Amino acid sequence: MKPKKEGLFSKKNRSLLIDPMNANNPITVQVLGICSALAITVKLKPAIVMGLSVIVVTALANVITSLMRNMIPNRIRIIVQLVVVASLVILVDQVLKAYVYDVSKQLSVFVGLIITNCIIMGRIEAFSLGNTPWKSFLDGLGNGAAYGGILIIVAFFRELLGNGTLYDYPVVEWMGLYDLGYKNNGMMLLPPMALIVVALIIWVQRAKTPSLIEKD
Amino acid sequence: MQDILNIFVKSIFIDNMIFAYFLGMCSYLAVSKTVKTAMGLGLAVTFVLTITLPVNYLLETKVLKQGALAWLDPSFAELDLSFLSFIMFIAVIAAMVQLVEMVVEKFAPALYSALGIFLPLIAVNCSILGGSLFMQERAYENIGQATVFGFGSGIGWLLAIVAIAAIRERLKYSHVPAPLRGLGITFIITGLMGMAFMSFMGIKL
Repeated sequence: MKPKKEGLFSKKNRSLLIDPMNANNPITVQVLGICSALAITVKLKPAIVMGLSVIVVTALANVITSLMRNMIPNRIRIIVQLVVVASLVILVDQVLKAYVYDVSKQLSVFVGLIITNCIIMGRIEAFSLGNTPWKSFLDGLGNGAAYGGILIIVAFFRELLGNGTLYDYPVVEWMGLYDLGYKNNGMMLLPPMALIVVALIIWVQRAKTPSLIEKD
Repeated sequence: MQDILNIFVKSIFIDNMIFAYFLGMCSYLAVSKTVKTAMGLGLAVTFVLTITLPVNYLLETKVLKQGALAWLDPSFAELDLSFLSFIMFIAVIAAMVQLVEMVVEKFAPALYSALGIFLPLIAVNCSILGGSLFMQERAYENIGQATVFGFGSGIGWLLAIVAIAAIRERLKYSHVPAPLRGLGITFIITGLMGMAFMSFMGIKL
């Protein structure tokens, strides 16, 4: 009997794409890739650009290492992975410099730091070295998107509450809240508040999904 | 001399890797459960930062920067290889970590077994690559400044991880709301510590 061929979007493949969004979120559950997640979430625009870059790098790096998975000697795999990721990041960096120069300046060293973003290395180590390219692609896409999602949520609150704007549009001014005595909370723009916003997201998520609560 | 001292103090307190830039957060959160392991990882990070930064500084000024290759041949004066810096820096870091690992294994087996898995993991610690990239961005004047910046950043990182590990050891005995237990409360405490460290920002150096 021939085993039935798995469809491109079978249930298992779909869950690869969707699981990272909640139950297996790279930032709030796996605790990967925090480094860059926090420093660039002052405004929405850099956060969106960063999220897109990470999606591209994770998905492609997963596919490439998955294609090479039977050729890489185990002992030197970290260096091989780093070279693959670094080449992809150089590509992304050059594209950003060419098309969105101002954002690329704002992101400064954090584009380069995508190389050491633990999400990418973590997904390569944990998934693409043992799975087919298509599955790895979905996994990379899902994790990258989940990371970008958290980035955008954090940046949304920080820009709205700290600066009164969204994607540089003065939303609060349009609503006329300043006339009523509303003041921006400058604290939200400072680095420590990013940590606290992420902590609040973790709180909400774990309160809704009690299976994620740590025992300790 | 004074500029060296300024960079040292600045990199520990004002530009602290963790509290101002969140670099190396992954291992910071994962390895800060006990003070002893935190200390080991912190020392390893300091060590690797101190030796990779001067090497990457030489690479940056003698090979990668625009016109840096002019010492080889005047016709290279226009050459700009800085787009290669990511891959060169990470290769240097990975090689250095491997080297350190072998040296430590040979000459200090006790330390090697104490550090265990952390040593190879340092290659992908963001604070190491971040140190090199900040060094490139801030364009330090000479190799001494770059080295001191690396050492200071490492000490700052060590300080942060040991402090959070000590707090987390104590935290075991307190009543934290269930969904915040573990990760959530660590984030909040790091945020509060970050606010405390921000008071150093007023210091002009």
